[in-house]
Amino acid sequence: MTYSRPDEAGRFGQFGGAFAPETLMPALEELEAAFEDAWGDPEFHAELNDLRTRYVGRPTPTYHAKRLSDQLGLDLWLKREDLAHTGAHKINNTIGQGLLTKRMGKRRVIAETGAGQHGVATATACALLGLDCVVFMGEKDIERQALNVYRMKLLGAEVVSVSDGAGTLKDAVSAALRDWVATVEDTHYIIGSVVGPHPFPWIVREFQKVIGEELAADLDGAAGKPSPDVIVAPVGGGSNAMGVFYPFAGVEGVSLVGVEAAGFGIETGKHGASLGHGSPGVLHGSMTYMLQDEWGQVLEAHSISAGLDYPGVGPEHSYFKDAGLVDYVSVSDDEAVEAFHLLSETEGIIPALESSHGLAWIVREQAQLAGKTVVLNLSGRGDKDVQQIAGVDG
Amino acid sequence: MFAESREAGRGVLLPFLTAGLPDPVASVELFKTMADAGADGFEIGIPYADPLMDGPVIMAAGHRAIAQGITLPDALGVAAAVRETTQTPVLAMTYVNPVLRSGVREFFAQAAERGINGVIIPDLPIDEAAPFSAAAAEEGVGMVAFAAPTTTDERLDAVLETEPAFVYAIAEVGVTGERDAASENIHALAARIRARSDVPVVFGVGISTPEQAAAASRHGDGVIVGTAVVRRVMESSTTVQAADALRMFVSELRSAIDG
Repeated sequence: MTYSRPDEAGRFGQFGGAFAPETLMPALEELEAAFEDAWGDPEFHAELNDLRTRYVGRPTPTYHAKRLSDQLGLDLWLKREDLAHTGAHKINNTIGQGLLTKRMGKRRVIAETGAGQHGVATATACALLGLDCVVFMGEKDIERQALNVYRMKLLGAEVVSVSDGAGTLKDAVSAALRDWVATVEDTHYIIGSVVGPHPFPWIVREFQKVIGEELAADLDGAAGKPSPDVIVAPVGGGSNAMGVFYPFAGVEGVSLVGVEAAGFGIETGKHGASLGHGSPGVLHGSMTYMLQDEWGQVLEAHSISAGLDYPGVGPEHSYFKDAGLVDYVSVSDDEAVEAFHLLSETEGIIPALESSHGLAWIVREQAQLAGKTVVLNLSGRGDKDVQQIAGVDG
Repeated sequence: MFAESREAGRGVLLPFLTAGLPDPVASVELFKTMADAGADGFEIGIPYADPLMDGPVIMAAGHRAIAQGITLPDALGVAAAVRETTQTPVLAMTYVNPVLRSGVREFFAQAAERGINGVIIPDLPIDEAAPFSAAAAEEGVGMVAFAAPTTTDERLDAVLETEPAFVYAIAEVGVTGERDAASENIHALAARIRARSDVPVVFGVGISTPEQAAAASRHGDGVIVGTAVVRRVMESSTTVQAADALRMFVSELRSAIDG
């Protein structure tokens, strides 16, 4: 990309900014200053890189899925974020923000979670760094992600059930922000995606872009290795996608495809396709594409995947969409479940339902992708979804 | 409003109530009851489903109003009727997204047309407020700016530079809701604002009892009492019951403030 940070107002083009209560604004300014200071400090990078290597298990491999490649008639590679510690890319951000929390001298951390992956990754970072941890989670998500709820408790975190709204990710973010308004003086909010008021979208992208940087170094087109023609990633809030897209955005010869949740089908109105079928507005502190009614009330999203069940998206994705840097498409619950089975049976890898959305688009578009080198960001493993899929399959 | 109250040495009492409860017609009656009991003006909440600055009581009131079909134009209609019926100043409180959805200019034009005196947007910090303030000024509607106990001196200077209709001074670090103890921040925050400006200062957030209202209004120009008002309406099963509860509560607030 030709830019690194958002502009002075925290904007990517017209998107982003900080629409937050005055009570929080000083903490957002403090966070921006703390991040700038840390990000320019070689010691911070040394500590982060050491944890990435020895604790998280980075770099994650890029795996050539040969059997599935043959079946689909294309060259499919998987960026194995499912192999990172705790089973998803979320740990990249929570380790980074956990170190920042300590640098700011705060002792308590709050977080929201949808699928539970960010909650687990935050609880993990807090256990590692000796921080108190409270995770807000919608009651519907607590039900469909019971395994991750128990993992968070094992890691010493307190899980708060949120019954507002539909009891999903949007409501958990709102509850975490309300808690933060009251506790901001001693608490840091480790937001889980490239969403929220400035500087969060920028900070989370910086911590996640390691995914794309590793991919570029691994599949560099040299010594018999291909380079990517198409990079595909699922988009809920959009942190795994931002992490893999950012280093490739605007690079000639690489197309980027973000896959949103079509849920029961776009025409039913029960979906999570904020970029594909939403409109610009302010959700959770930033200007971005979102699902809203004619009067600006936020609409409930729907997806079988708790991580994609969100009526907004990171503001930098909104910028990428309008700038034509990424194509945003969507696949339905049913297509995602089929892809979940396909990868499990063909490659021995059980993918997260979020990641299954990315694969489902590749399966659907296999004819136009024939012969191309396609990289799927396998953002997380599917252990957390096994019980839910067992229920779907009956 | 503030010139007269300063002249008289009297704190301004601004109750907050969500528009449209229990229904649009009875809603106006409840505001009338509070005006008769001594309210000087009102903050009228436009129902929003995802209110980041509000605690559970005001959030539930918004959800109930939305479930009853109260839309933005309905809420502005209630505000206009309250203005006409009570002949007191009326402030509309909304989150930022409905304003953007209406169009900033269009929203303030609508507000002006309905006689609304000022607009309060709790998720619009001064950093993002310029286009809103410009539209408000053109339409002759006041903009309210916030100062919190966490606001730095640098930010406080910038808040006051926007020349707001008044400063909404946040008494408690947290979302709206009732508190048992009196705020410990009011004195310090009031002193910091007064050292810089003569702008009217109204305290809100966590002011829920007559004693707290009286204490806070002594440090500024007045108080906004929200959750304690909304809760009385939410707990009432009839409009008559709600009106009785509000008449008694607002009278108590009035006497305490007038001391």
